[in-house]
Amino acid sequence: MPDTPSFESRRKALKCLAYGGAGTLFTLAGGVLTPIELALAGSDPKAASLGRPLFVQISDTHIGFNKDANPDVNGTLKQTIELVNAMPEQPELIIHTGDITHLSRPAEFDLAQQMLGQLRTTELHTVPGEHDTSDATVTEYFNRFGKASNNKGYYSFDHAGVHFIALINVLQFKPGGLGTLGDEQLAWVAADLKSRSSSTPIVVFAHMPLWTIYEPWGWGTGDADQLVSMLRRFGSVSMLNGHIHQIVQKVEGNITFHSARSTAYPQPLAGEGPGPQPLKVPDDQLPQMLGVTSVSVVKHSRAFALRDSTLA
Amino acid sequence: MNTAAFKTLRALAVAAALWTAAAIAGPAAEADPAARVVMKDFMFAPAALTVKAGTVVSWTNQDNEPHTVASDAGVFRSGALDTNESFSFKFDKPGTYHFLCSIHPYMVGTITVEP
Repeated sequence: MPDTPSFESRRKALKCLAYGGAGTLFTLAGGVLTPIELALAGSDPKAASLGRPLFVQISDTHIGFNKDANPDVNGTLKQTIELVNAMPEQPELIIHTGDITHLSRPAEFDLAQQMLGQLRTTELHTVPGEHDTSDATVTEYFNRFGKASNNKGYYSFDHAGVHFIALINVLQFKPGGLGTLGDEQLAWVAADLKSRSSSTPIVVFAHMPLWTIYEPWGWGTGDADQLVSMLRRFGSVSMLNGHIHQIVQKVEGNITFHSARSTAYPQPLAGEGPGPQPLKVPDDQLPQMLGVTSVSVVKHSRAFALRDSTLA
Repeated sequence: MNTAAFKTLRALAVAAALWTAAAIAGPAAEADPAARVVMKDFMFAPAALTVKAGTVVSWTNQDNEPHTVASDAGVFRSGALDTNESFSFKFDKPGTYHFLCSIHPYMVGTITVEP
């Protein structure tokens, strides 16, 4: 088992995280994201005017990670959970976009489940990251979270008039390639969307980006174009992912792509260094590089508001 | 994902895990493998290795990020290897074995086994 981080390093990390914080609020109307400055979650009056919180996206918690980039990932997840629990109006759902654990080990999954169980919002939807399917038998994630998808890894549900689609793109890797959805999953999406009206707001979430951000590091999904073409007729589509531990966004027609921060550690900008490894930043900079995304439904309209909050 | 393919993948993974358990059961195999591959800076080094049948090959992760070793054909598959952790496999059957890291699939390598 990994070494326990020193008391000193944990104390230091928590001290840095204790300073209050700003984040960024994104309103999404007609497919366009507009950033608005935000104080702590829920305390900005502008945030309240954007309607009730629909869901919070948590990503890349990497429970089990214990290296310099963040020796206390449990502490930063706990702080994230406290941030969400402190929202004056609780989100209806929590979405975790994968890399729940660092090494797919049973004790890591157990701890993550126990911690996520502290959220006041109890409806949790997940997709796995490649770190969650890195056990030799690819069973630990599915034993715990496989029920929603009948162990397929992809599923859909409706909530508050919004159609949610959870996808898996971390299993069918080809050598040297990007993430893959696969023909069977794509056919399932086509069938799932077939009878839906184009005015239905759609939220798609997966672990790896659903557009190519940086191919040499595999930051993309090879067959995502087929998915995107099925979604073009819809008036409001949000495609959410984790994996790259930083915010990157793209708007294409009515489709907004949004990559969330990690609650555990930052990663380098695309192409900087030998690979997408944990990025060690000065302790006082770490909190502003970790965070959560919350999405609200704007009353009387078919628009979402995306808000990114950091732990700083 | 294709359900049948997924089941196959898992079945292969289970089989690989069992074979692996057999491959690393002997402490000698782990302590003194005849051929070593390291994972460093998100690359397998050497990326191509030729060994005689019966050779135990070990892979050791020297990065600060976990890696795995997974055969394309499902012949072997390690669990996640954290920094300084190793995985070994004994190659009894001649042939060409392509493998990748299932966390960073652009990391690829080949073991060629000669009779």
